Amino acid sequence: MTELTLKINGEDVTADVETRLSLADFIRDHRRLTGTHLGCEHGVCGACTVLMNGEPVRSCITFAVVADGTEITTIEGFEDDDPMTLLRQAFHENHALQCGYCTPGMLVAARDIVTRLPDADEDRVRLELAGNLCRCTGYVGIVNAILSVIEKRRL
Amino acid sequence: MKSAKFDHQRAASLDDALKALGNADGEARIMGGGQSLGPMMNLRLAQPDLLIDISRVGGLDGIEVSGDVIRVGARVTHARVEDGEVPGVTGAYMQTVASGISYRSVRNRGTIGGSVAHADPSADWPSALLALGGDVVIAGQDGERRMPLDDFQVGPFATGLGFEEILTGFELPALSDSAKCGYYKVNRKPGEFADAIGAVVIGVSPRVVCGATEAAPFRVSVAEEKLAAGATEISVADARDMIAVHEPGFDDYDLQIHAVALSRAVGRAFA
Ligand SMILES: Cc1cc2nc3c(=O)[nH]c(=O)nc-3n(C[C@H](O)[C@H](O)[C@H](O)COP(=O)(O)OP(=O)(O)OC[C@H]3O[C@@H](n4cnc5c(N)ncnc54)[C@H](O)[C@@H]3O)c2cc1C
Ligand code: FES
Ligand code: FES
Repeated sequence: MTELTLKINGEDVTADVETRLSLADFIRDHRRLTGTHLGCEHGVCGACTVLMNGEPVRSCITFAVVADGTEITTIEGFEDDDPMTLLRQAFHENHALQCGYCTPGMLVAARDIVTRLPDADEDRVRLELAGNLCRCTGYVGIVNAILSVIEKRRL
Repeated sequence: MKSAKFDHQRAASLDDALKALGNADGEARIMGGGQSLGPMMNLRLAQPDLLIDISRVGGLDGIEVSGDVIRVGARVTHARVEDGEVPGVTGAYMQTVASGISYRSVRNRGTIGGSVAHADPSADWPSALLALGGDVVIAGQDGERRMPLDDFQVGPFATGLGFEEILTGFELPALSDSAKCGYYKVNRKPGEFADAIGAVVIGVSPRVVCGATEAAPFRVSVAEEKLAAGATEISVADARDMIAVHEPGFDDYDLQIHAVALSRAVGRAFA
């Protein structure tokens, strides 16, 4: 067991964890923040994407011990976040989700796209979404939602 | 899918990490970004007894130019290269390569040193850096040594790195403005590992690499001679003959995609 101190969604957290525990399992099973989803558990699908020190990472292939001393933001932690507020509304308006399994990871990745790439066009948005799989929507709604937020943030 | 049990040690310094490697019982592994180790351990393809985490070790994440050499630390992430932190023509070439590696959330953690140490034949940096040339810098129990990239990778997942050594960085050529570079990766979806790679760097002399085979990436000598003699393109048909010399075991499909990658990489260098 290893002691772990980090911030999750602004709250200081200390825990004693097994070294092999993934950050995803720590978030879901130990902190009961089940908004972070697990799909493939080997880095491919993007369902588990969270922010670590403000940057998106895969929580399924990051051990919890590696997150010691960092600040983690999960989908539950964007209450007062402007880009995320816009994205949630846009996902709703553009039918950018169906079953919703991919949505937490999709939103975290989308927030990274609209903040890091304010000039992204449709091709670029699609390229950036290569790391987040959605089996329901066909991506059109998701791409339109993200493009509409990029547009709004330009004003 | 859970990893087998292991001990985790966060190294505070390079010396600390080297000591831990030297003293370890059983299998010890350095962990850089953990973006290859993580999946491999989840799938139990790797079951190290001890993980030595170097993600906080200072001094391994620098990028600096001195004269005609660019030093890139092992812990520099793909994302930092993608964002243009490596300067000049060398940096622009590396930026293209980095932006095609996996996805941003993997690039934020995955490191250039980890990729080259891992030596997956389908990964990008082993081929891309071989085309650039230069040295791998290695720290061992009795100090530092350098090894040319030309000799570093000896096979799939096999390198010249000893069990008690750590890859600390690279010394890469700072290419002049007149240098030409092209990189082409055949894969079915952006961000996936390559099915074939062509990498071309024409600096002081041309270096042409064929990668993503079942073995280590290799230099295609006939292609290099042709470019040195002034050629500005290589047809797919010619590329097939050139690659067949090195890979007599390739089937028609493998030969074709590697020839296409090589031909298009040359095309991009002269575009
Ligand atoms: C979904 C997914 C898609 C990917 N797609 C691609 C792709 O298209 N192209 C590509 O090139 N890569 C791809 N990768 C791999 C990724 O680029 C990894 O970041 C990289 O291969 C390993 O870097 P790392 O720092 O994460 O190494 P780790 O996972 O930490 O380590 C990998 C190996 O190298 C050793 N090692 C690490 N650092 C050092 C060091 N400094 N000295 C000595 N040994 C060391 C470790 O002991 C281990 O054996 C992908 C990964 C994922 C999860
Ligand atoms: S669950 Fe982490 S990427 Fe699929
Ligand atoms: S909405 Fe079902 S997987 Fe995306």
